[in-house]
Amino acid sequence: MPDQTTPTPRRGGGAARVAGRQATGRRTADRWTADRWTAWAFLAPVAGYLLAFYAYPLYRNVELSLREYTVRSFVQGGAPFAGLDNYRRVLTDATFGPALWHTVVFTLASLVFQFGIGMALALFFHRHFPLARTLRALFLVPWLLPLIVSASTWSWLLNSDAGVVNAALEALGVGPVNWLTSPRWSLLSVIIANIWIGVPFNLVVLYSGLQSIPATVYEAAALDGAGGWQRFWRITFPLLRPVSAITLLLGLIYTLKVFDIIWIMTRGGPTDSSTTLATWSYRLGFGTLLPSFGPGAAVGNLLIVMALVAGLSYLRVRRRLQP
Amino acid sequence: MRRLIRTTVGVALTAVMLFPVYWMINVSFTREQDMRADPPHLTPVGGTLEGYRAVLDQQLPYLGTSLLVGLGTVALTLVLAAPAGYALAKLRPVGGGLFSFALLIAQMIPGIIMAMGFYAIYLELGLLNTLPGLILADSTLAVPFGVLIFTAFMSGIPQELMQAAVVDGAGRLRTFWSVVLPVSRNSIVTVSLFAFLWSWSDFIYASTLDGGGDRQPITLGIYQYIGNNNQQWNAIMATAVLASVPATVLLVLAQRYVAAGVAAGAVKD
Repeated sequence: MPDQTTPTPRRGGGAARVAGRQATGRRTADRWTADRWTAWAFLAPVAGYLLAFYAYPLYRNVELSLREYTVRSFVQGGAPFAGLDNYRRVLTDATFGPALWHTVVFTLASLVFQFGIGMALALFFHRHFPLARTLRALFLVPWLLPLIVSASTWSWLLNSDAGVVNAALEALGVGPVNWLTSPRWSLLSVIIANIWIGVPFNLVVLYSGLQSIPATVYEAAALDGAGGWQRFWRITFPLLRPVSAITLLLGLIYTLKVFDIIWIMTRGGPTDSSTTLATWSYRLGFGTLLPSFGPGAAVGNLLIVMALVAGLSYLRVRRRLQP
Repeated sequence: MRRLIRTTVGVALTAVMLFPVYWMINVSFTREQDMRADPPHLTPVGGTLEGYRAVLDQQLPYLGTSLLVGLGTVALTLVLAAPAGYALAKLRPVGGGLFSFALLIAQMIPGIIMAMGFYAIYLELGLLNTLPGLILADSTLAVPFGVLIFTAFMSGIPQELMQAAVVDGAGRLRTFWSVVLPVSRNSIVTVSLFAFLWSWSDFIYASTLDGGGDRQPITLGIYQYIGNNNQQWNAIMATAVLASVPATVLLVLAQRYVAAGVAAGAVKD
């Protein structure tokens, strides 16, 4: 994605490098090979960091899910090995079905609307007009706010008695809706809040994608008499396919992870009506006085499998699109 | 004329989008007794500073902790990510491709899973409810992103610039320190901004790893506010407004860095 602040490799830089290497001959080649190893001196801190603070917590999480932990054995150690018991328990739990379903609904609904609205806005802002830059920058605000701020603001907006959304509905003659306290509406409420948070990201990425389409293509189409609608479906949409695919896949990866918004707005309730795998995992591990770390970790690991499937397909698409 | 219509539509759309933010500010000035007025007061006219007074009384330590944790996260992230970015961009390490791949995967791991693993480890090491522990955990939000950004920026530095330094007899470390870092100012700003913002906004690590600490960040301050005094919404929203200040400052001062960060595949979880 082109952007004025992202440097692109200077044209001819590679050629100059090759020429330089040939000119100074073997010594440079040796030095170059040596570099490949000194590079690891620079990489070593992060490599160690990844092992200690990514790989090890992940390993501990797998280990948690395979043992029968109580609070006591969690602190003192010595929990018996339980094999796949935790997974079995989780998969047969009454919450599993709804949590999986809510995760799917939450993710798909968020993605479709974030992308749709983001695309519409990107197309709109792409037609340059006074103030467009400033307004586009303001659109970033929801994305930059701490999630707890957005979530608590939405909680109050959607409050049953005093929320401004219900006040507006009342003015339209519609009765109050128990957005956060009724099982019928709670999932929709957290989806709305999440769409609001995700639109700016889609807008910015799709906008930068639009900018990379050369204006001459449109001019040619206009000469051929293509209308605005035709131009969108015949030119913009196909040319934006790579950027769109990446935006959607990144959106998928991040939406699967969403936890804060749901937990702060509804705690997954009432009666599990907005529980997703992420909030369920948190509730099992940290949300109650009697934590069940084993099952919590098991749910987490199921979530990670889903995230990795999404992640690997993202990498696949990216590799296919960017030679 | 058409341009004018577009601007009008644009302003209207922005107003709709930012209405929740406006409402947060509005409520932060609303008096206790007007909170449940019907219809609600649409402007803060005749409002109160009660909410902000409550924040100054109760929430300042939380804001201070967040600031400290944020700065710590920025420092740790830069120290780890900048050299790695240099190595990946310029030194072509053995296994560098695999390494970048690992970084991408690392970004995809849901925070709740990391939190549970960290909890188990911190319990053994006695790092629960400590600031260094929280800084370390928060840095995992930013380090992989930082390395990727540094790699992207630093591959744009002309090779000639570094060769000149080598000819002058500088080693790799010196080249990195006195040539690469100074010209990478933009990427340093971008990475610092995001590292600060993410650790400032972090809720999941704060609530799992620092839930019982005596020094808690502002996200937990707000969370407890919501839980405890459900009625004092002007104070809750006033805290929310203050917690949004870094994001606002960031947007005003560094808009182009933000756009670059987002476009580079910025992550928010």
